Amino acid sequence: MDRSTIDTAFPALPVWEGEGTSRIPFAAYTSEELHRRELERFFYKSHWCYVGLEAEIPNPGDFKRTVVGERSVIVVRALDGSIHVVENVCAHRGMSFCRARSGNRKDFTCPYHQWNYSLKGDLQGVPFRRGVKQDGKVHGGMPADFDPLLNGLTKLKVATRGGVVFASFDHDVEPLEDFLGPAIVPWFDRLFDGRALKLYGYNRQRIPGNWKLMQENIKDPYHPGLLHTWFVTFGLWRADNRSRLVMDERFRHAAMISTRGSAGAGSDARQVTQVASFKQDMKLEDPRFLDIVPEPWWGGPTAVMTTLFPSVILQQQVNSVSTRHIQPDGHGAFDFVWTHFGFADDSEEMTERRLRQANLFGPAGFVSADDGEVIELSQQGFEQKPFHRTLAELGGTEVGDTEHMVTETLIRGMYRYWREVMEA
Amino acid sequence: MIVDPATWQALVQLYADYAAAVDSGDWDLWPEFFVDDCTYRLVPRENHERNLPLATLAFESKAMLKDRVYGIRETLFHDPYYQRHVVGAPLVRASGAGRIECEANYAVFRTKLDGPTTVFNVGRTIDVVVETPAGWKFQSRTIVYDSEMIPNSIIYPL
Repeated sequence: MDRSTIDTAFPALPVWEGEGTSRIPFAAYTSEELHRRELERFFYKSHWCYVGLEAEIPNPGDFKRTVVGERSVIVVRALDGSIHVVENVCAHRGMSFCRARSGNRKDFTCPYHQWNYSLKGDLQGVPFRRGVKQDGKVHGGMPADFDPLLNGLTKLKVATRGGVVFASFDHDVEPLEDFLGPAIVPWFDRLFDGRALKLYGYNRQRIPGNWKLMQENIKDPYHPGLLHTWFVTFGLWRADNRSRLVMDERFRHAAMISTRGSAGAGSDARQVTQVASFKQDMKLEDPRFLDIVPEPWWGGPTAVMTTLFPSVILQQQVNSVSTRHIQPDGHGAFDFVWTHFGFADDSEEMTERRLRQANLFGPAGFVSADDGEVIELSQQGFEQKPFHRTLAELGGTEVGDTEHMVTETLIRGMYRYWREVMEA
Repeated sequence: MIVDPATWQALVQLYADYAAAVDSGDWDLWPEFFVDDCTYRLVPRENHERNLPLATLAFESKAMLKDRVYGIRETLFHDPYYQRHVVGAPLVRASGAGRIECEANYAVFRTKLDGPTTVFNVGRTIDVVVETPAGWKFQSRTIVYDSEMIPNSIIYPL
């Protein structure tokens, strides 16, 4: 499209320049209609969405309330130990009945008319179903053909792997392993190899930007060595670190794999340490923030950031591990929920270390707080001129795995998939 | 519990001075309210009440607070804002021999340069305050916030 011929500042749909995906229209982030189509096609059909960790609901009757896309769901461990995900909408009058964020129950009851459900979502009690007897007559009641079996809560399909729980409203969704794909499964299993997990807790932030921007942030190995002074100065994430970028065959998921290099500013490092954010003289007053101890399961890489489209990011940054759940709220905002954890066999020192390194991450983190800030300000730019487009052409315009991080190929890959699904 | 008027006055003064310092924009003032071997924790109420150990920020020394000040000033990109603390009356839980355990409710308002003032963070502080040769200081400060859904990010000290 010739930018000089634009006759509207507010295009109805995103207009792509050519077949590629290196120039992403701002309108891909600014339309409520498009957002609803994304919810349908990515969050509610054909995809597995992250809903939590098994360690959050260890005992029969334990539940947590969360979302799939913008739909409230309850993740619950039934009395037989199996995990179920049901939609938090009463079959009777549609009330979103579960208000607690977590807890332990024997069953679920909607307070409005006390319709009662098993933990698996089956309707098991309807008050006055057979009517009320008065003066020898039966008044009211549900119709004789009312079938409780047909009126349970909406049940989602559930899959677990390595202690992580996924759900889908689409019961025809492909198996989770196929959804992740053979290129991503090993990176998933590296972190979640079946060891028991220990829940540390949550951080929650509402970021006023389109949800895709968070996927893109973690598919963008260009910015960490520039925006994040801590990363570049202490060598945690730097353009000259040994690294690999890996995608599934449809380019929707990705792993950014990096191995910490020397933190110095030697001659080879000059290009990356001449950036404004490298601070030669920066020293920590308390070095315990970076008390990093390599762990056997790393198998080398010191940081692996895995984006599973559309709903979650899996973080290993040295000793700090977490999931980051993307919960959209309209086209212009999302809630970002961090669940930090450790492993049940961690020493006390390792637990302390993981919790200390958590200072780098989350809504106030030394490294991560500014990601939310730049996403907010990108969204402001998009809303201002939705006829324009971003430029994700570092490393060219193609899509493919690389053995370095000086590229925006993962973002281009995600939008290749996005176009495939959204334009179908 | 009731403390003697001099102790009470010192405590109220400490809270008022702290609020003025963290709202001033002069971040170097902040670590000086703490003893060297202090703890400072910013914790969502959910984690606190469920005894989950994760904090939003967890600092274990005055040196870590100084690292945070450096981070705010030099390394953390953020949209600048003003913040304003309003702190309630201290509630003394225990007191004796130069050491006070106390709490206070607080609200922090945020004002961005181009926007209206909004409620940014509310909660309560759970403190241990000790008397030192340099005056009353925080030995520990745990800020338990109700505002669990953080409006994007927290950069400046609460």
